[in-house]
Amino acid sequence: MVWPLLGWLTNGLIGRRLSRALAGELACVTVAASFVSALGVLLAVRPAGATDAAVSIVIPLFRWLGAGDLWIDASLIIDALSLVMALVVSGVGFLIHVYSLGYMADDPDLPRYFAYLNLFMFAMLLLVLAGNLLVLFIGWELVGVCSYLLIGYWFARPAAATAGRKAFIVNRIGDAAFLLGLFLLFTQLRTLDILQIRDGAPHLPEGVRTLAALLLFAGATGKSAQLPLHVWLPDAMEGPTPVSALIHAATMVTAGVFLIARLDRLFLTAPVALFVVGIVGALTAFFAATVALRQYDLKRVLAYSTISQLGYMFVAMGALAPVAGIFHLVTQAFFKALLFLAAGSVMHAMHDVIDMRRLGGLARPLRWTAGGFLIGVLAIAGVPPFAGFFSKDLILEEAFALGLSTGNFLPYALALVTAFVTALYMTRAAMLTFSGRPAEAAAHPHEAPPSMLVPMTALAALSVGGGLLGARVAGEPLVEFLAPLIGVKAGEGAVVHPPAGLLVGISIAVALAGIVAGIAVHRGRRDPALGAIAAFLERRWYIDDLYDAVIVAPGRALARWLAGPVDLGIIDGAVNAVGRVLAAVGRAARRLQTGYARQYALGVLVGTLIIVGYWMLR
Amino acid sequence: MVPAPAYLALSAVLFTLGAVGVLVRRNALIIFMAVELMLNSVNLAFVTFARQHGSIDGQVAVFFVLVVAAVEVVVGLALIVDIFRSRETVDIDDVDLLRG
Amino acid sequence: MLSLLIFLPLAGAVLLALLPRERQAAIRWAGLAASLATLLVAARLFQIFNPASGDMQFVAHATWVPTLGIGYAVGVDGISLVLVGLTAVIFPLALLGSWGSITERLKAFTMSMLGLETAILGTFLSLDLILFYVFWEAVLIPMAFLIGLWGSENRRYAALKFFLYTMAASVLMLVAIIALHVIAIDGLGERTFDLARLATLSLPPEVQGWLFAAFALAFAVKVPIWPLHTWLPDAHTEAPTAGSVILAAILLKLGTYGFIRFGPTLFPDALLAAAPLLAALAIIGILYGALVSWAQTDLKRLVAFSSVSHLGFVMLGLAALNVQGFQGGLIQMINHGISTGALFLIVGVLYERTHSRLIADYGGVAARMPRFAAVFTVVMLSSAALPGTNGFVGEFLILLGAFRTSAWWAALGAGGVILSVVYLLWAYQQVMHGPLVAKHPDRLVDLTRRELAVFAAIIVMIFAVGLYPRVLLDRSEATVNAVLARLQRPAATAVTVSPR
Repeated sequence: MVWPLLGWLTNGLIGRRLSRALAGELACVTVAASFVSALGVLLAVRPAGATDAAVSIVIPLFRWLGAGDLWIDASLIIDALSLVMALVVSGVGFLIHVYSLGYMADDPDLPRYFAYLNLFMFAMLLLVLAGNLLVLFIGWELVGVCSYLLIGYWFARPAAATAGRKAFIVNRIGDAAFLLGLFLLFTQLRTLDILQIRDGAPHLPEGVRTLAALLLFAGATGKSAQLPLHVWLPDAMEGPTPVSALIHAATMVTAGVFLIARLDRLFLTAPVALFVVGIVGALTAFFAATVALRQYDLKRVLAYSTISQLGYMFVAMGALAPVAGIFHLVTQAFFKALLFLAAGSVMHAMHDVIDMRRLGGLARPLRWTAGGFLIGVLAIAGVPPFAGFFSKDLILEEAFALGLSTGNFLPYALALVTAFVTALYMTRAAMLTFSGRPAEAAAHPHEAPPSMLVPMTALAALSVGGGLLGARVAGEPLVEFLAPLIGVKAGEGAVVHPPAGLLVGISIAVALAGIVAGIAVHRGRRDPALGAIAAFLERRWYIDDLYDAVIVAPGRALARWLAGPVDLGIIDGAVNAVGRVLAAVGRAARRLQTGYARQYALGVLVGTLIIVGYWMLR
Repeated sequence: MVPAPAYLALSAVLFTLGAVGVLVRRNALIIFMAVELMLNSVNLAFVTFARQHGSIDGQVAVFFVLVVAAVEVVVGLALIVDIFRSRETVDIDDVDLLRG
Repeated sequence: MLSLLIFLPLAGAVLLALLPRERQAAIRWAGLAASLATLLVAARLFQIFNPASGDMQFVAHATWVPTLGIGYAVGVDGISLVLVGLTAVIFPLALLGSWGSITERLKAFTMSMLGLETAILGTFLSLDLILFYVFWEAVLIPMAFLIGLWGSENRRYAALKFFLYTMAASVLMLVAIIALHVIAIDGLGERTFDLARLATLSLPPEVQGWLFAAFALAFAVKVPIWPLHTWLPDAHTEAPTAGSVILAAILLKLGTYGFIRFGPTLFPDALLAAAPLLAALAIIGILYGALVSWAQTDLKRLVAFSSVSHLGFVMLGLAALNVQGFQGGLIQMINHGISTGALFLIVGVLYERTHSRLIADYGGVAARMPRFAAVFTVVMLSSAALPGTNGFVGEFLILLGAFRTSAWWAALGAGGVILSVVYLLWAYQQVMHGPLVAKHPDRLVDLTRRELAVFAAIIVMIFAVGLYPRVLLDRSEATVNAVLARLQRPAATAVTVSPR
C-alpha cells in the first residue's frame, strides 16, 4: 500500500524534473509493486487453509488521536474481504496505469496526472485495508478528493472543473451522513474499530442499528452514486477516460458496496435498513438502465450502466447476500473497466469525439477495440459464459430467494426488467458506435498503441474467465473464500432455495431477448421515436433539473439574500445605526458649544448657584 | 469695630460685581480684572471667617489664593497678549475656535 | 521564562527603533529574528512543559499595584500553551509573508507587529484579571494601526469600526472585573484580581449570570459570534495581508480563549445555563457564515466569512462542554489559525501580483501558477476539513463532542461541513480553473522562493496536525479535564479510558 504513496510523493514533488516517460513508468511500477505485495500476502495467508480465511489479521500502525474516552488507532486489517478488494484495486489499477501511458502520452502535464492517480491508489488501498472506521473514512474522503482532482484534471475546461466540484459536493453530502453514523456508533459502542464494531453491532438496540445502518448507507449512496445522490457520476465523465475506468467504474464507486460488506453484521441485523438498501438498489438499477437507453455520449451510457450495476450490488446486499454483491463487484470491475478502456480507445482514435451520433462503422478500423467492447457487452448483458452472467445470475437468485422468504419480490422484478434493458442499451451503444457506415468521413481512425491494447486484452480475458471465480461449475472459489468471513445470516432461519435451473434459464432468456431486441430496434442506427418518454429519459428523469431548481438555485439565492439585505442591511446596518445615533447625539450636543466664553461662564455660575442652593435648601 | 457681617456683605457685593463683570464684558482684560475681583472677594471672606473663629487656616488659604492668582495673571496675560498678536483683538466673542 | 517570552518581541521592537529607517533589509531581518527568537523560546517551553499536569506551570508572581491588589501574574497550562505555540509560529510567517507588500513605513510596521505579538502573548499568559485586561486592550492599538495605516482603500472606516466595536464590548468586561474584585473584598477578605483566588469564590447563579454576560459580550465580539461579526469582514478585507493573517489566525482566538479560560473557572453555572444558547448561535454562525461566503464577490471577504463559519465550529465544540468538544475546539482554533492564515496569505499573493481582490478578475490562474495551485489546493482542502489534514481532526472531535451532547447540534453542524466545500470549491474554481482571465497575465508569476518557504512551513503543519494531532492533544488533555471538572458534569463525559 505504501508503494503508490511513494509514487505520489515523488511524482508530485519532483515529477516536473523527471522525464515524462519516467514519471509514468514509475507510477506503474509502484502500483504493480502493490499488486505483487497483495498477492504475496494472499499466498502467505492461503496455506493456512481456506477454512481459516475468516481470520482477520490486524496490523496496528500508531495511535492517531485521542481525546477523553476516544482513542483512534491507525491500523490495517487483512482478511479475505480486504485482500480481494486490494487485489482488484491494484490489479485493475495497474492495467489502467499502463493504459494511461498510451492514452495520455500527448498530455503536457503528465507527472501531475500520475501523481493524482497514485494518490488515488493509495487512498483506495487505505480504504479497503483500513482497520478502523475513521481510517476508512480518511480513505473514503481522500478517494473523493482524488476523484475531484482527476475529473477536473483538464481544469481549463469549465465543464470539467464544474463536474469535479459537483462530484465532491455530492459526495460530501453522503459523507456528512456517514460521519453522523460514525458518531452514533461511537457513542453506543465507544469504539470505531471495525472488528469491535462487528462484534458489538448485533447487541445494539434495534433502532440504533437501523439508524446507524441507514446513515452509513446514505454515505454509501453518495460514493456509489445511488439514488438520490447519483447525479455526479455521469458528469464525472469529463475526466480523462482511464480515470473514468478506474475510479468511476471499477474501484471508487464500489466503496459503498464494500462498506456494507465490511460492516455486514451491522447491516444484516437491521432488516429495515436492509429493506431500504434493496429497494434503493433496485430502483437505481432500473432508473439508470432506462436513462442509458437515451444517452448519446458513449461514456455517459457507460456511466449510467455503472450506476445500474452498482444498484445490482446493493440489491444483493439487501437480499442478505453480500458475497454475491462482492462477486458482482469484482466481475463488474473487469468488464466495466474493459468497456471504458474501449471507449477511450475510440476517443483516442476519433480525436475525442464521443457523441455516438457522430460515430459509426468503427468495427473495421478498430478491430481489437471493437472485439474488446463486444466482449464487455456480452459480459454486462449476462450472457454465459462471460463473467457478468455468473455474478448477475447469483444476485437474481438471491433476490428471488428474498422474495420467497419475505414476500418482497420488488427487487427481483426490477432487477429482472433491468437485465433486459441492460442488454438492450448495451447493444444499442455497440451498434451505434461500431456498425454501419462511418459517420464522420473526415476522421481517420487509427488503432490504439500496444500500451493501450495489452491492458484491454488482459481485461477482456478476465471478463471472459472471471466468472469462474464464483461459478458453481468451478466450485465457487471466491464464495468459498469469502463466505466464512461475511454474510453470516444471523437468525434468518431456513432460506427457501428457489429452483436454480429455472431462474438461470429465465435470466439467460432475458439477456438474449435484450440483445436481439437491441439489434432489431437499432438496425438502422436510429432510435425509435418515443416522444415524451424519450425526452423524459434523455433529460434523465429531470432529476438534475429538479436539483438545480429546488436546491442549488434557492441555495444560491438564499446566500445572496443573506449576504446582501440581511448581513449588510440588517445586522451591519444595526451596528452602523448605533454609530449614527451616537454621532447625531454628538451633533446635537455641539450646538451648546457656541464659542462665547461668557455663556460658558454663565453656565458655570448657574450650575454653582443650583448646587449651592440645593445644599442650602436641603 | 466693624461687625463681621459687614465684611461678608462687602465680600458678596464684590463677588457679584466680579461675576456680572465676567458675564457682561467682552474685553478680555476687563474680564480678567473681574475674575481678580471675585478672587479677592473670596479672600476677604476667608480673612473675615479666620478672624471670627480665631483660626489661622483661612489666612493660609488666602496665601494660596494669592499665589494662584498671581500665577493665573501671568499665564492669562501671556495668553491674551498672544491672542492679541495673532488676532488683533481682545474681544472674547471673536475668539470662537472651539465653537461646535 | 514566560515573562521573557512575552516581552522578547517588545524588546525586539525597541531595538528596531534604533535602526535607521532607510535600511529596509536590516529592519526586515531584525523583525524576523525577533519573532524567530520568540518561537525558539516557545518551542523550548513546549518541550519542557509537563503534559500530565492540568495545573498552571511556570507561574511567576510580582506585585504591581499592591494597594488595589493588582498583581503581575503569568502562567501557562495546556490550553494557553498550544495557543502560545500558534502565536509564535504564525508571527514569523506573517512577517516573512509581508516582505513583498509592505514598503512604506516599514519600521513602524515591523514594530507594530512585534508589539502586537507581546500583547497577544501577554493576553494568553496572564493570570491576573487586570493584567489580562491591559494586554487585551493593548492588542487593539497596534492592530488598529496595522489596519488604519497599511490597509487598502476603506481602511480608516474599518480601523475605526474594529476599534470602537471591540473596545465598546470589552468595557463591560472591565466593569465585571471590578465587580468581581469588590465581591472578593467581602467574600475572601482581601483585595485581589488574581484568577486563582477569584476562582475560589462561589458566586450565586444570578450574579454569575450578569458577570458572565459582561465577559461573554467582550469575548463574543472578538470571536466573533453571530450576529456580532460585522466588524470582521471589513477589518479583514481592509487590513494588509499580515494584518489579516494575525487577525484571523490569532486575534479571534483571544475570544474563544477567553471563553475557555474564564467561563468554567469563574462562572460554571452560568456557562452551563448558557451552553444551549451559545451552541445555537454557533450553529447559526456556521451555516450563515458559509452561505454568506458563497455569495461574496471579494475573495478576501469570502475568507473572512469563512472565519465566521469556522469559529462557529470552535464555539460549538466549547458549548458541547465535554472532552471531545473542548479538545476539538482547541485544535480547531489552531487549525483555523494555520489554514485561514494561509488562505489570507494566498489572497495576498494574488493581490500583490494584480492588485485586485475581486473573484471576477481571476480565472484559470492554475495554468500560469502551478506551484501556487498546488499550495492553494492543499490549503483549501485543509480548510474544508479533509481527513488527513488538520481541519478534519478538529471538526471530527467537535462534531463528535456536539453529538454526545445533542445529536441535532451535530446534524446541523454537519450541514456546515457540506457548505464549506460548496463555497471553497466554488471560489477555487472561479479563480484557478477555466480559461485564463486576468488583466495582466504576465504579472501572474509563480511563487517565489520566499513565498514557497512560508507555504512549505504551513503545509508541513497542516499534515503534521492532521496525521499526528497528539502533539497538541496530549498536552492539553489534562488541562481540559481539569477545566471541565469545574463544571461537575455527570461523570460519563469525564471518564478517561486509559490507552490499551
